[in-house]
Amino acid sequence: MSAATIVSLPDQATARIPKMNFITKENGLLSWLLTSDHKRIATLYLISITFFFFIGGALAGLIRLELLTPQTSLMAADTYNKVFSMHGLIMVFFFLVPSVPATIGNFVIPMMVGAKDLALPKINLLSWYLYVLGGLMMLYTMSTGGVDTGWTFTTPLSTHYLNTNVVSAALCVFVAGFSSILTGLNFIVTIHKMRCPGMTWFRLPLFVWSMYAASILMVLGTPVLAITLTLVGLERIFHIGVFDPAFGGDPLLFQHLFWFYSHPAVYIMILPGMAVISEVVSTFSRKRVFGYTAVAFSSVAIAVFAFFVWAHHMFIMGISNYSALIFSLLTMLVAVPSAIKIFNWAFTLYKGSITFETPLLYAFGFMGLFTIGGMTGVFLGSTGTDIHLTETYFIVAHFHFVMVGGMLMAFLAGIHFWWPKWTGRMYPEKISQFAAVVTFIGFNFTFFPQFILGTLGMPRRYAAYPPEFQALNVFSTAGATILGVGYLLPILYLTWSLKYGAIAGNNPWQATGLEWQTQSPPLTENFTEIPIMDHEAYDYEWLERQQEKEVASVG
Amino acid sequence: MDHISPVLWQFLQKWLARFPLFPPEASKIAPQSDALYFFMVLVSLVGLTLVVLLIVSFSIFYSKARHPKAVQIEGSTLLEATWTIIPLGLFLVMFVWGALLYFRIYTPPANAMNIYVVGKQWMWKAEHPGGQHEINSLHVPTGQPVQLTIISQDVFHSFSIPAFRVKREAIPGRYTTVWFEATTPGTYHLFCTQYCGTNHSQMIGDVVVMTPDDFKKWLASSTSGDSLAQNGERLFASLSCSACHNTRPDARGPSLAGVYDSKLTLSTGQAVTADEAYLRQAILNPSQHITQGYAPIMPTYQGQVSEEGVIALVEYIKNLDSDYRVQQTLNTTEIPPESGGKAPPAGHVPAAQKGVNP
Amino acid sequence: MEEADHPHHEEHPSYQRHHFESVDQQFDATNFAMWLFLVTEVMFFGGLFASYLIMRNWYYRPFVEGSHQLSIFWGTANTAVLIVSSFTMAMAVWSAEVRRKGTLLLCLSLTLLLGFVFLGIKGIEWHEKWEKHHVPGIHQYSIAAFLDPASDPEVHKQYPDDQPLPYDLAQKTEQYFFLYFAMTGMHALHMAIGCGILIFMIVRAKAGAYTAGHVTFVENFGLYWHFVDIIWIYLFALLYLISRHG
Repeated sequence: MSAATIVSLPDQATARIPKMNFITKENGLLSWLLTSDHKRIATLYLISITFFFFIGGALAGLIRLELLTPQTSLMAADTYNKVFSMHGLIMVFFFLVPSVPATIGNFVIPMMVGAKDLALPKINLLSWYLYVLGGLMMLYTMSTGGVDTGWTFTTPLSTHYLNTNVVSAALCVFVAGFSSILTGLNFIVTIHKMRCPGMTWFRLPLFVWSMYAASILMVLGTPVLAITLTLVGLERIFHIGVFDPAFGGDPLLFQHLFWFYSHPAVYIMILPGMAVISEVVSTFSRKRVFGYTAVAFSSVAIAVFAFFVWAHHMFIMGISNYSALIFSLLTMLVAVPSAIKIFNWAFTLYKGSITFETPLLYAFGFMGLFTIGGMTGVFLGSTGTDIHLTETYFIVAHFHFVMVGGMLMAFLAGIHFWWPKWTGRMYPEKISQFAAVVTFIGFNFTFFPQFILGTLGMPRRYAAYPPEFQALNVFSTAGATILGVGYLLPILYLTWSLKYGAIAGNNPWQATGLEWQTQSPPLTENFTEIPIMDHEAYDYEWLERQQEKEVASVG
Repeated sequence: MDHISPVLWQFLQKWLARFPLFPPEASKIAPQSDALYFFMVLVSLVGLTLVVLLIVSFSIFYSKARHPKAVQIEGSTLLEATWTIIPLGLFLVMFVWGALLYFRIYTPPANAMNIYVVGKQWMWKAEHPGGQHEINSLHVPTGQPVQLTIISQDVFHSFSIPAFRVKREAIPGRYTTVWFEATTPGTYHLFCTQYCGTNHSQMIGDVVVMTPDDFKKWLASSTSGDSLAQNGERLFASLSCSACHNTRPDARGPSLAGVYDSKLTLSTGQAVTADEAYLRQAILNPSQHITQGYAPIMPTYQGQVSEEGVIALVEYIKNLDSDYRVQQTLNTTEIPPESGGKAPPAGHVPAAQKGVNP
Repeated sequence: MEEADHPHHEEHPSYQRHHFESVDQQFDATNFAMWLFLVTEVMFFGGLFASYLIMRNWYYRPFVEGSHQLSIFWGTANTAVLIVSSFTMAMAVWSAEVRRKGTLLLCLSLTLLLGFVFLGIKGIEWHEKWEKHHVPGIHQYSIAAFLDPASDPEVHKQYPDDQPLPYDLAQKTEQYFFLYFAMTGMHALHMAIGCGILIFMIVRAKAGAYTAGHVTFVENFGLYWHFVDIIWIYLFALLYLISRHG
């Protein structure tokens, strides 16, 4: 990397973290646990989801270790089933769903719309407590025998054929889901009702558009999961229910209800990541996002279409051929807005002035890996190929590409991007770029072989497999080791930066966006006076004029 | 393959044999499935290359050092239209192609030979009409369309033969079907691909494809003596089905000769085709599948007969073209016809039936 | 929030939260939030209604017979109770708006009382189900009343034309009751939560919290209460009145 960088820091000899900021405002554990400040809540969330990410990651490590050998050598089949089930549950509900919304979203959305807080601060705190409660219940579930239903709770296996902690797991997902609903609800109300004067919808950063779309999905989809899991729990307790064919129920009804939420859920997980990418690509190419309107409407289109494609998870499950046809067609339609976004981001780079700081590296990783993940989604959305590829490692590879190669990279991009605003300090650039590259390499080694495994026919959720699949599995596990290093490094250097990082100042990236007009870390109330939005989003020319004015008035 | 150098081709073949990227193509549909798959791989490669090229080239040409001042561009409707329409067009091609493939795989031809598959935790049982039973394996001939009628005894399973590119869920409570025509003799993997509990990864087996002659020999050597239909006949009698389903003038139930695949009108007025699914439902949930003109007095056999038993009964009814033998059993049965209602315990064989030869 | 940090502190009502610019914005936002929350509740109950629709479509006769086991009298009584309670709740909102604390307390208390009456009647109905062994899964579910309607004289008097169900259909009545308990149970849970909040509101109303201009809480709770009422009306029609049409 050349010396070309966009970073603009205050003079380190004289710069100090502002004495009054949201962190120093009040001291003591209670001031944090009873806070209504969205930034403190975001910080609480960041700590909790990082904790659960590493538990989920450890479980992933166990999976990959077991899969080094074709036989079940490391653990009993039952244990393996529990490990992958809980890996899925934790990663989906306790990491991916709340990742960007509850941390970065909570932190940044009020500032982006020019408000002093979210619309419902106490509800925000409640959502964190619900998350923690769900998390504690998950820890309880894990430590008292675990659950081995898979994260999909397929009936009648989960209702009548297992004697593990199914009800407990269902309850903890229910509670975590409630947390998610409240977050989404808060965002929608805030975006509708708390925009500062002059902040029209089309002056909002694209981050807000994507988060809005994700919030709609959270609010409309999650309750269906809640009732579905309630019915599973009731069926387990009362030994009868609507999902068991032995009593005249319909196991496919569960599938429909479950996937009605769980398909929108994947967009709940990816839209916030896309939100981050818009901001990062714009800032590091110094350009307004290409096709702002297209990107904004794509987010909403994804949210709308998301509700109409759920049965593409059920193509081989005995739904009628015509039903499969319709859902396949709609799935093709929902793939298009994501493609539009990728091209718009790519063209944002055109005639820009690009510097390659860590957030942009992660964003590039996202764009490449999400393209692969998204395209393989089309493989699965086409009914004919889905027959061969579904329920194999191809699916595992597909969703890890979009969720880990996509979402997790976007999350890391966002964390690095807003870290200076959040903490007032810069992270160390060289090692973070190194970590980004390590993560990218490790990721590809881990998950690309799984596409091949899936095409070869290796089923998912297998503790043991035919020996001819071993070479690719070993390759995948080797990659996982590298990936683990890539994820460990940020924990280390980000923590380090809290004490030793360079002072960031208000706007180290010279980004547009109202949050960068505040001090770093921001005041509790964000703005001493509600700002008035008199320019378009991503207005770098406005920013230049601002900076000239500052120089003129200070100098 | 004549235009590829023979040396290179041999090398590729050897390499692919050691590090295969896709399973062997052992069914008629497999090359068709692979053709679509490779088209998708191609499109993905092109798409990925395009995206990577854009990112890399823009990064080079517009890096800050090379292009210090960014030019603000709002967008381009033409470009938006292009990268909306072209991907949509490609996806729609994949949709149509895939749909054709899907319909082909899930619409068995009329001349398909039917094999029943019952999945249960944690094994597959295949039942040939001739009475051959297999556990965790499936013998099929080449050159003959084979239809699998699949059901689960307990939870969801999924019957997968990667080499044939076919897969179908085994659902408790209903039949699902899939068909294929094997082309290359050999042994291929059979997997359960729907997580079903502890030994999900042990629910694997072999699909053995044989030439038609070898298959005939195998059939002859593995028969247990009675065909599925004969087992069904035995069950039919032991469960006293003939007490109502006969051709006597006062019969309480419809005669079942020739009922398979015929059009029936139910007591609700609904018209149905009496296929396997209907027959199964009529045995297990009779009250909602009563033929018009008959009283709803058929008892349910849910819990009294396993899925294998139902399969045997269905096979029997499928092959029933005359009531002659039913009448015979009626004449010699020791159960008086008036006792309708509750069925006697399963396994009960009328004394006179025991000496009947198949 | 400390006063010292507000250099430009305009006069605003004490109940206006500091992150809002005006009371109007606060009311607007919280009202919108409550409507949005009710949408999530619709989606939540929607899953139950979807299951009900499918099962009723599959097993119409068992559902009819199952519904005949419910007391139209108590169901209608409960419907009336809830509709009146919605009225008293609306009156409570009005009282808060016109700042009449006494009337507010009366209306809230009546609403609470009616809520308890509803739950009490529910308890009576459920108890009756328990006694007749119509609670699915546990407590030896009995299909005797469906195999032979004459064995249940109370119900048989009301529905003399009911035919006995065949055994397999009689078993499906258990599905009806599973959904009956799931749906009325979920509804009762929402009622109970509502009653709990009502108690809280009565205490706060006594302290004058809602009669000083800040009616948002009462209004928003009113929305919730009306919603729970509407859900009951659907449940009443779907669970009790299956065969009463035309």
